[in-house]
Amino acid sequence: MAATVRLQREPFDAGSEAAKLRRGRGDIGAVVTFTGICRQDEAGAPLAAMTLEHYPGMAEAEIVRHVEAAERRWPLLGVAVVHRYGRLEPGEEIVLVVTAAAHRQDAFAAAEFLMDYLTTRAPFWKQVELAGSGRPRGKIWIDAKQSDDALADRWTPHRAAE
Amino acid sequence: MKLRYFAWVRERIGKPEEEIEPPAGIATVSDLRTWLSQRRAAYAHAFENPTVSRAAIDRPHVRADAAILGAREIAFFPPMTGG
Repeated sequence: MAATVRLQREPFDAGSEAAKLRRGRGDIGAVVTFTGICRQDEAGAPLAAMTLEHYPGMAEAEIVRHVEAAERRWPLLGVAVVHRYGRLEPGEEIVLVVTAAAHRQDAFAAAEFLMDYLTTRAPFWKQVELAGSGRPRGKIWIDAKQSDDALADRWTPHRAAE
Repeated sequence: MKLRYFAWVRERIGKPEEEIEPPAGIATVSDLRTWLSQRRAAYAHAFENPTVSRAAIDRPHVRADAAILGAREIAFFPPMTGG
């Protein structure tokens, strides 16, 4: 199955990516489209913008590796992952995951699996610029959340501790 | 070998990448971190907390005890926050 994996600065169109995935297909009964969006605040502080740094080459390879893991685990009929990098303002899209399957359970589960792994294993780092009261309050790297690790770990309950 | 740094590891070290030839006896990722940390305070600052220090050799993630023999590119970075 041909999967689409793309890293780009530019915005994406979730609707057209989903439409592309199922064009001319009669076997797809479910498409799940997840879009991650830059929020207007971080831990209660208003956000001016967010910058996503990534490791070119490794980022694509890690995403492809997890798409392949998803394909082994669920009977998927299509997958698309688009991850943006660079400077994004609140309201802009960050990441898109589209999964297609005959039945909704597989499409939902695979989309959630991919998002949990993208958050904790794909080499992207978020830095936020806080909008201060009249003066810039500087740039802050977002800390990884233990709760995100727990979400990724639930897919591999028997994995040896790392 | 080429070393690459990302996010706040890059900021603390003050450069995105460099070429280095570690001396014989530096066998693992952990050895390399210790050796770099002894050379300059900036590296010690970047690697001060092993629980938030991640590495990759020629792209895939590796653990601190991974051998660096034959590595072309080793990357150091904090835990990832994508998605």
